[in-house]
Amino acid sequence: MQEKVLLRYRDLSVDLKMIDNYIESGGYSTARRVFSEIAPEKVIEMVKESNLRGRGGAGFPTGLKWTFLAKNTGKPNYLLCNADESEPGTFKDRAIIENDPHQLLEGMMISAHAIGCTNAYIYIRGEFAYGAEVLKRAIAEACEKGFLGNDVFGLGRELNIHVHRGAGAYICGEETGLIESLEGKRAHPRIKPPFPAVYGVFGCPTIVNNVETLACVKHIVERGPAWFKAIGPETGPGPKLYGVSGHVRNPGVFELPMGTSLREIIEVHAGGMREGRQLKAVIPGGSSVPILRADEIDIAMDFDSVAKAGSMLGSAGIIVMDDSTDMVAALRRVSHFYHHESCGQCTPCREGTGWLEKIVTALDEGRGTEEDLRKLDNVAKGMLGTTICVLSDAAAMPVRSFLDKFGEEFRAAVRRSAGAAAA
Amino acid sequence: MPRVTVNGVTVEVPEGINVVKAAEMAGQEIPHYCYHPALSVAGNCRMCLIDIRAMSAKQPNPLPKLQIGCNTIVADGMVVETNNPRVEEARRGVLEFLLINHPIDCPICDQAGECKLQEYYMDYGRQHSRFVLAEKQHKHKATAVGPDIMLDQERCILCTRCVRFLEEVTGTNELCIKERGDHSELSLAQGKSVDNPYATNIVDLCPVGALTSREFRFQARVWYLDSVPSICTGCSTGCNVDVHFRRDNLYRIKPRANAEVNGYWMCDAGRHTWRDNHGDHRLVAGYARRGDEFVQVDSSDAVLRSASLLQGCGKVAVVASASLTMEEGYLVSLIARKIGTGPCIVLSPATSEIADDGTLISTDRYPNRAGLLALGFRESSVLPADVDGVLVARCDAVGVDEVAWGTRLEGMRTTVVVDDRVSKAMAYADTVIAIASHFEAPGTFVSRRGRLQVLGAAVPAPGAAVAGWQAFAELLGALGGPRYQSVDEVFAALSLELSLGTARTHAELGACGETIAQRSAPESNTTLSAANPA
Repeated sequence: MQEKVLLRYRDLSVDLKMIDNYIESGGYSTARRVFSEIAPEKVIEMVKESNLRGRGGAGFPTGLKWTFLAKNTGKPNYLLCNADESEPGTFKDRAIIENDPHQLLEGMMISAHAIGCTNAYIYIRGEFAYGAEVLKRAIAEACEKGFLGNDVFGLGRELNIHVHRGAGAYICGEETGLIESLEGKRAHPRIKPPFPAVYGVFGCPTIVNNVETLACVKHIVERGPAWFKAIGPETGPGPKLYGVSGHVRNPGVFELPMGTSLREIIEVHAGGMREGRQLKAVIPGGSSVPILRADEIDIAMDFDSVAKAGSMLGSAGIIVMDDSTDMVAALRRVSHFYHHESCGQCTPCREGTGWLEKIVTALDEGRGTEEDLRKLDNVAKGMLGTTICVLSDAAAMPVRSFLDKFGEEFRAAVRRSAGAAAA
Repeated sequence: MPRVTVNGVTVEVPEGINVVKAAEMAGQEIPHYCYHPALSVAGNCRMCLIDIRAMSAKQPNPLPKLQIGCNTIVADGMVVETNNPRVEEARRGVLEFLLINHPIDCPICDQAGECKLQEYYMDYGRQHSRFVLAEKQHKHKATAVGPDIMLDQERCILCTRCVRFLEEVTGTNELCIKERGDHSELSLAQGKSVDNPYATNIVDLCPVGALTSREFRFQARVWYLDSVPSICTGCSTGCNVDVHFRRDNLYRIKPRANAEVNGYWMCDAGRHTWRDNHGDHRLVAGYARRGDEFVQVDSSDAVLRSASLLQGCGKVAVVASASLTMEEGYLVSLIARKIGTGPCIVLSPATSEIADDGTLISTDRYPNRAGLLALGFRESSVLPADVDGVLVARCDAVGVDEVAWGTRLEGMRTTVVVDDRVSKAMAYADTVIAIASHFEAPGTFVSRRGRLQVLGAAVPAPGAAVAGWQAFAELLGALGGPRYQSVDEVFAALSLELSLGTARTHAELGACGETIAQRSAPESNTTLSAANPA
C-alpha cells in the first residue's frame, strides 16, 4: 500500500481537523520554515521545478501561472482558492476540506508567501456548508496559534485567509466567474485578456488555484520537487485524487500516483462493476469531458495520456456506467445540467445549451428524427470555442462524444420513434 | 502606427484600437451587437468572431481559436480574416442561436427596417429555421420600463448595451439582467423606472426591437422616413442630431455622433423638441394692424409695411431671443445698423430652472447665445429706455415681467414682430411676419463651447411662413440694404466679416461643424469673447 499524502488523514488515527493533532503530526512546520527561511522566488522555483499542473481541470502548470503575476502594480496581490467543486462526478476537494483543512491552509500560506499575498480567499461552493464550517474553525485555530493574522509565526508578517461561500452556481467555479462572484456580482466570466494574474479580484493581480493544487504545494516544498516529480509522468506528476462514482462496488476518492491506469482505478480500487454487470462507458474527468467506451479504459490517468485518448483528465471525477445505462437518457441528464447552469452571457451557450437539451429530450421521449441527430452534432459544433468561458464547450463535448461513441443507441432511439409513429 | 491587414486590405491604424474599428478603417465590416465604441467591451454576443492569421509581426503564428474582434487590440503586422469559411460558419451559427428563441415578429415590430438582426440575417445568415417553433422560449412582451420606453423581453438578445449605458454613462443602473441561461431576461432593478434625463438613448443603443420608444411606437415604418442632419435647439449645447420626417410631418429626433459635442448621446428633452412644431400656436401668415383690426396680409406685404414703419418711427430697439440663427442674427444686426439703433439685445435668460448637469444639459435653454454675442448682440433683461419702436425677433420674452413688457410695448409707436409662433408681443404688434421654425429652414448656431454647426431643414414651413433669413433679408433690402438671395450668401458674408473659421458655405462646414473659438470656462455658457470680431 502506497503512502497517502493528500489523504493522510485516512492513515492516521487522530482527527487532523484539530490543529494540535495536525501540528503534532508535523503540520505547519513547512509553512514556518518557508516564512522564516525561504525566499518567495525560491518557492516559485520549486513549484516550477516540480512540474505541478493545476488540479482544477485544465492542468495548467502552476509555477508558470504564478510567474504571470503583474509586477510593481502598487496593488495587493490576491490568492484565491477555488473550492467551488461543482463539476458533476467530482468530490475530491471535499475530502481534503472536510478532513484535513489545515493541509489546505498550510498550502495556501506557502503559496501566498510565494506570490506576495496578504489576504487570501477560499471560495467554497454553497452546498459545502459543513466544509465551510470546518475551514472557518481551522482558520480560527490557526489565527489563535499566531499562524495567521497580523503577525504570522511572530515574524511581523501579515496573512489572512477568508472563507467565502458561493450560492450554488456551477459557473462560479470558472476562475473569472469566481472572481466576479467574490466581488459580489453575478458570476459572469470575464473576457480575457486581461487575465486574473494582471487584472483579477478587485482589479488586482490574482492567482486562482484549486484546493488539491494548493495542498500539493505544501508537499512539494516539504519533500522537494524531485520527490514530487518521481510520482507518475514527469510532464505532470504527483499524487492525484481520483473520485469514482457510478456503477461500481466501492465508489469514493482514491489517492494514487498520477498516471494510474483507468482500468486499475475502476477494477481494483473502486471494486469493479456491480454483480452481474458489464462496464459500458466511463467519463474520466467530470461530466464535461468526452466519454470513453469500455474498451478504451486501458489508459494512464494523467493529463497527456487521457488527452491522447481523445478525452481529458479534467477534475479526475470518474463516472462509471454499466450495461444497464441508457446512453440517450444519460446524455439528457448531462445536457439538462449544462442548460441549467449556463450563465446566459454568451449567445452560443445561452441558446445552445437549451437547444441541445430539447433535442436530446425529444430523442429520449421517442420524438426524435434522423435530422435531430445531425442537428444535435451540428449545434454542439457551433458551441465549441465560440464563447468567453468553456462552459459552452463543456456542454458540447459530451454531446459530440456520446454521438460518436454510442451513435447506434441514438439511431435506435430514432428508429423506435419512427416505429411508434407508424404504429 | 500599427499596420493591420483585414481580408487582404492593409491599413495603418491608430495604436490601441480594436479590430472591429480597424476593419472599418479598411472598409471591411465586422458585424456586431454588443460592442459599442462608447461603452465597455462585454464580448457576449459573439457575432464579431474573427480568424487571426497572424497576431503581430513578432508573433506571425495564427491563433487556433476564433477571437472576438471587439476585444482584440491591433498590433503591427496583425493579419485578420473576417470572411473565410471558418468565420462564416461560426457567425451563421451565432445568428441562428440568436434567432431560435427570438419571436421574429418583424411585421409588428417598430425596429423592423433598422434592426441588426434583420440586416445581419440578410447579409450573413439566410438559412431556414431548424428550431421547433413550439419550443420557443416565451417571455414578457410590451412592458413599460419608463415614461418613454417599452421593453419586449422576447426580442432582447441580452447584449447588455442598455445595462452598460445606464451603469457607465448615466450611473443610474435602472436595468439589469436577471435569471440565467436562456431564462435570462432584461429587467428593471427593483423599485426603479428608466426615467433619467438620458433614458431614451437606450432605445437607440438597442440593436434589435427589445427597447422601443413609446412615443414612436406604431407611428411610422422607418423605411418611409427621411432624415436630415441637424442640431438640437433645446439648449446651448448643440447636440448633433438627425431629424426624421415624412412629407410635412416630423416623427422623431435621434442623436448623431460627434465626438466634439455630444459623443453618441442626447437628452430626452432635446428629443421632444419637435413635438411643438405642429399646432395652432404656429404662425402661418403675416398680419398687419389696420385701425383697430388685425388682418392677415401676404408675407411680402408684411415685410414692406414693417420696413416703412421702422424707418419712420425714430429710435428703434431690436430685441431677440438667443434662438435666432447666425444668419438671422447677422441680418438683424445689419437692419439695426441701417435704421440706426444701438446694439441688438438678447432678451432671453442665460439660466433656467434646469441646472447644468456637467454633461449635455445646459441651463441656457437657447441654442445660439454664443453666436449672437459674437455678432455683437448685448444681453439685457429689459427693453432699453427712450425708444419709439421695437423689432421683436423670435423673442418670447421669457423671464421678462409680463406686465412691464406689455406696458412698454403698448407705449411704442411701432412694434414689429417676427416669429414662428404666437408670442406675447403679438398683442401689441403693428405688423407680424411669420417665419419658419428651426425644423423648416437652414441656418447655423454657435454652441456654448464655440462650435459653429449647421441646422438642417426637414419639413416645409406651414402656410405662408417664410424662412427667417429670407424675411430678414427682404426687410433689409426694403430698408435699402444689400439684397441677399440665399442662406449661403448670408453665411458667406457673416463668416467672412466675423472671421468664423474657414468654411464659407454650410456644405463646407460639414455635418459636424467647426470649433471657432477656444472653449470657455465650463460654468460660463455665454461668453465667446475670443470670437468677437471687435
